Amino acid sequence: MAIAAGRPTDLPEADNPLTAGLERLPVAPTTLVIFGATGDLAKRKLLPALYNLAHDGTLPERFHLVGVSRGEKTDEEFRAECEESIRQFSRREPNEQVLRALLADVRYVTGTFDDDSVYTELGKVLDGFEKQAGEPLNRAFYLSTAPSFFPVIVEALGSSGIAEHDQADVRVIIEKPFGTTLEEARELNRTVLSTFEEQQIFRIDHYLGKETVQNMLAFRFANGMFEPLWNRNYIDSVQITAAEDLGIGTRAGYYDQSGALRDLIQNHMLQLLCHVAMEPPVNFTAEEVRNEKVKVLLAIPEPTLQNIDEMSVRAQYSRGHSGGEDVPGYLEEEGVPEGSTTETYAAMRLEVDNWRWAGVPFYLRTGKRLARKITEIAVTLKPVPHLAFSQDGSLGVQPNQLVLTLQPNEGVSLRLGAKIPGTRMSIRPVNMEFLYGTSFLSQSPEAYERLITDAMRGDATLFTRNDEVEAQWRICDPIVGAWAQTPGPLAQYEAGSQGPAEANLLLDEGHRWRAI
Amino acid sequence: MPRSDAVWSEQGTTPDAIEAALRRLLQERHAENEGFVPARVLNMITFVDREWSGEIANRLRGVGRYHASRTLVLSFEPRRTRMDAHVSIVSEGDPTRGEFALLRETVVVEIGERHLDDLITIADPLVVSDLPTLLWSPHGHNEVVGELLTLAQAVLVDSVDEPDAHEGIDRACLLSGQAYVVDLAWLRSTPWRERVAAAFDPPRLRGELRAIESLTVRHHPDSTVAAMLLIGWLASRLRWETEPLTAEQDALAGRARDADRNVVSLRLEAAPELQVRGLEGLTLKTTNGHELALDRGPGGLHARDRNAAGEQREWTILGASRGETGILGEGIRQALLRDPTYVPALRSAQGLFT
Repeated sequence: MAIAAGRPTDLPEADNPLTAGLERLPVAPTTLVIFGATGDLAKRKLLPALYNLAHDGTLPERFHLVGVSRGEKTDEEFRAECEESIRQFSRREPNEQVLRALLADVRYVTGTFDDDSVYTELGKVLDGFEKQAGEPLNRAFYLSTAPSFFPVIVEALGSSGIAEHDQADVRVIIEKPFGTTLEEARELNRTVLSTFEEQQIFRIDHYLGKETVQNMLAFRFANGMFEPLWNRNYIDSVQITAAEDLGIGTRAGYYDQSGALRDLIQNHMLQLLCHVAMEPPVNFTAEEVRNEKVKVLLAIPEPTLQNIDEMSVRAQYSRGHSGGEDVPGYLEEEGVPEGSTTETYAAMRLEVDNWRWAGVPFYLRTGKRLARKITEIAVTLKPVPHLAFSQDGSLGVQPNQLVLTLQPNEGVSLRLGAKIPGTRMSIRPVNMEFLYGTSFLSQSPEAYERLITDAMRGDATLFTRNDEVEAQWRICDPIVGAWAQTPGPLAQYEAGSQGPAEANLLLDEGHRWRAI
Repeated sequence: MPRSDAVWSEQGTTPDAIEAALRRLLQERHAENEGFVPARVLNMITFVDREWSGEIANRLRGVGRYHASRTLVLSFEPRRTRMDAHVSIVSEGDPTRGEFALLRETVVVEIGERHLDDLITIADPLVVSDLPTLLWSPHGHNEVVGELLTLAQAVLVDSVDEPDAHEGIDRACLLSGQAYVVDLAWLRSTPWRERVAAAFDPPRLRGELRAIESLTVRHHPDSTVAAMLLIGWLASRLRWETEPLTAEQDALAGRARDADRNVVSLRLEAAPELQVRGLEGLTLKTTNGHELALDRGPGGLHARDRNAAGEQREWTILGASRGETGILGEGIRQALLRDPTYVPALRSAQGLFT
């Protein structure tokens, strides 16, 4: 122990007493390396998120950014591109001084991701930053590339030695999709875990970074009134919908390889299901929250070849109308291969076979070019056991329904039965609405701002763990495989509609899809 | 872009009439388009001298999304005998299909000396029930604040507004016993507190917090209280006992005893060149020769760190200045939060006076 002027100074303190009461906790000095730094995600999301974190003073006090990509360019040219992206896509007008300071030291390393010299050069840049800082800097490697490069980059990070650091934390952030099949996900996990420990790995599912998704946990576990009802005794069914009114736009290349099931259900929608169905965690640490989510996923029976047709539906949008305009069908979209059998709509009926949820159907559906954009979770309660008003024109009585809307208007709505004013005891459903936007002053930060900060702080609560990803694939992989074996023709639904009629076949008697 | 959607005004009015007008205007807006929904976050009661009410209105307009959902401005003109009122309901735009647009209400009530005795009966019907209420009286009027505090859960103050630093801190201490105090002087020090906390956050450096031997804070000449609050914060977090400061040339100096009874030298230096209220910089030194200085700079705080071997490094800690309207907006937002470190800091700062 060093003694300085009679006082011990090198004893590590368990907690930093200065962080009490601070809304923004310190983030350790970090160099962030973005692989695929000139790609669309980096331009639209990552660089603007970094600027906004800088603007708010939320970045680490020592922060360096390095871009890695194939295109040949100088540091200055890359800085100019970063500036352009931030000006175009930032959620706020950039402050010139902050922008200049953020970009002043940005570096660029050029080369293909399988080229050893890229990592040698990157290592020099990282060492240079540490020398300049006079202290070890954490390293965060953000893989924002095509998925096929994930194993290539991870292996090269390992073999080059830059993924190891004795005095600082090294982390890797991996974008979705994490594999396109269960086997691919397992293989990628094996590769990544051969270089990094699980606690160093941050698998992005940007839905988890949305305030709305985090609010679901607050809604369930900070309010005593719902928990007694939150089980098979009172809940009749759960519907999770992620509908978009837009088509695939310019993303045909990606989307046609992916489809609705891989694009949304395998990751985002199963995460929403977990948030609805999970048990209260002991605490909100990353491990406890993820343990509970994995239990839910493992309680969902794996689809079998025999029941896939009964529990899943896929379809493609055909020509129709959206927003008052004629819009093309999927096969007529630019860049879509002729005769493509990629689904633009997928729906599933799942069950969670555990004590709390046995027998309660969970209906999931997602699609492009539906009637409108909405993401919601509707929890329908069982009807009352006895209807005392049945003789008094009570045809309007419907089961209570709790709807958690994630977008476009985050809120909670509860459908109740109420008496229609008048002399007769007539009942009709009314809605009690709560809109988050009316009750908070703060704007929700972009999901990527939260996720980048959490990854740099080493908090993995909002990232998916290896067993979680594999458990998600365990549910979707048999369907992906079966659909690949029976390529078509696919059911069609008119663009701008509620989706294919075939989706109704998934529903139990007496159930129906909510209007989109 | 906010725009005024509905207005109502009446001379010689009553709180009942104002409240009825508010209800009617809100119903009309909702009937016109059900996408119009009133914000229901926070009431804010502002007691202002009428001659300065325009300036306050400008400041409130600048807070953007942190505007209270209902703002009640009690505009005071001593010789006024008649109560006049003006109500405006502003939306942030027209709701498009499937979206909603928030409505925010502003009620300006012109009152005189004769209304002060029954001020509660004027303000109470005009705040939204069951919402937290923030009280702000930027032009003093401490007796009015005392009365209106029965309606509020939080009070907004700017301790640097008090002509005397000692009075500013004593006043904030007094108020903190009656309501939650949001002090703009404290909020101006937030980035500094965050950065000092970050500087000592690596576990290998936390031990140095026990070895601080001196602290110098440079501040706007009118912001002595902000500097004292920063010292009070460190003192309360690190269990220092503060001792009264004495005046030196353009500075206040003194000392504290840390948890091990070692002396920590304290110095507050006025920085006349600083154009805005708040802090200009700070320097911390530890007994092992480590020195950390933070100063305002372009694009964020300029950090200078010198280790025991004399090696010096400088860098910029990124962050945009919030400006005075940003600080006020932050003050309104903070009325809905609770910072447990302010009152202890305030009490430690009290120890800097005889």
